[in-house]
Amino acid sequence: MPVPANMEFFVDPTRCIGCQACVLACTECDTHKGYSMIHLEYLDRAHSVQTAPVVCMHCESPTCAEVCPADAIKRTEDGVVQTARKPRCIACNNCVLACPFGVPKMQTEFKLMMKCDMCYDRTSAGKRPMCATVCPSQALFFGTRDQIDALRPRSAPINQFKFGEQIIKTKVNMMAPRTGQAEYVDVTAAMGEQTIDKKITLNILDSVFE
Amino acid sequence: MVQTDREQSNASPDGRPDSEQPQWHQDFPIDWPQDHYIARRDFTKFLVLTSFAFTVGQFWIVVQNFFRARRGQLPLQFIARVDDVRVGSVLNFTYPDKHDQCALLRLDQQSFAAFSRQCTHLSCSVVPEPDKRRFYCPCHEGAFDLATGSPVAGPPRRPLARIKLEFKQDAIYATGVELRTL
Repeated sequence: MPVPANMEFFVDPTRCIGCQACVLACTECDTHKGYSMIHLEYLDRAHSVQTAPVVCMHCESPTCAEVCPADAIKRTEDGVVQTARKPRCIACNNCVLACPFGVPKMQTEFKLMMKCDMCYDRTSAGKRPMCATVCPSQALFFGTRDQIDALRPRSAPINQFKFGEQIIKTKVNMMAPRTGQAEYVDVTAAMGEQTIDKKITLNILDSVFE
Repeated sequence: MVQTDREQSNASPDGRPDSEQPQWHQDFPIDWPQDHYIARRDFTKFLVLTSFAFTVGQFWIVVQNFFRARRGQLPLQFIARVDDVRVGSVLNFTYPDKHDQCALLRLDQQSFAAFSRQCTHLSCSVVPEPDKRRFYCPCHEGAFDLATGSPVAGPPRRPLARIKLEFKQDAIYATGVELRTL
């Protein structure tokens, strides 16, 4: 049973309070018990406590699957990029290096890449992903577009990202302010920047604030 | 609606259309439904090739059997002329390899016997002792009966391997080795 087409994932890093609830909730999932598939990143640990949760964005042209030499990463009909198939994965780390968002995790003890699959066991049964159910500030939100419009009147979902020359369209949406609407979010914008002596902003959304 | 999205989104990261993509891109699609999809033509191809493989396999088995029937047959080897072996004497020869020691005995005017000289205990070389009517193994004081090769003393439990003999125009040939347990 596929994930309902009207249910979408919205990530709002500005609302993240770094409570680690999503990380712990992720470890409780039965399909990968004890291993969290979510990344809770500090943007600039030396100067800020701002964190951002990183779940799999479920790209429409998944780079991880494109580079997989073993044909192990597959996408189901609802657009969810599944975790690597155990019989096929050769633990070559290509997907880990290729993913623009740094999502796949190599579990060397299993010789298997494991990544966020939007809690496919739950979402395909009509439930919300574990992280979205526990997030106290709803930085991770799973629901319909009408719901998010009503809840976040000042933000608009964006699902186009720029990674170098590559434009990536994703199934998961990133919330960006409505003012100064941006076409896409530059994934690598923060990489070349000096963050010292700058006012604290969410670096990955810099192009939005220009 | 989902289907149309997939068709658009299946474009490669380099942005070129499907027709310009390499063949492996179609052979190993990212999407699960396409990966599991088997065209009727592919299925037919699979059936035909598999049945062809089975047919070839049958002929292969026939060819194998043809050769298998001939494998393991020991060569016919000339040992001696009947007249050259005196009654009660022993003639040592090697069969089937030149390292496999054997002994040919002429028990009386009519009867011959040949045995491998490998002791059935620990493969020492047994010594024929016609005057004591036995094969003697010096390693562990084993002994075998001269006429039948069956063990009579010492540790060996099994008789000596018997060499099959054939007589053609007063010549003696070895044709095979019979390993015995009793």
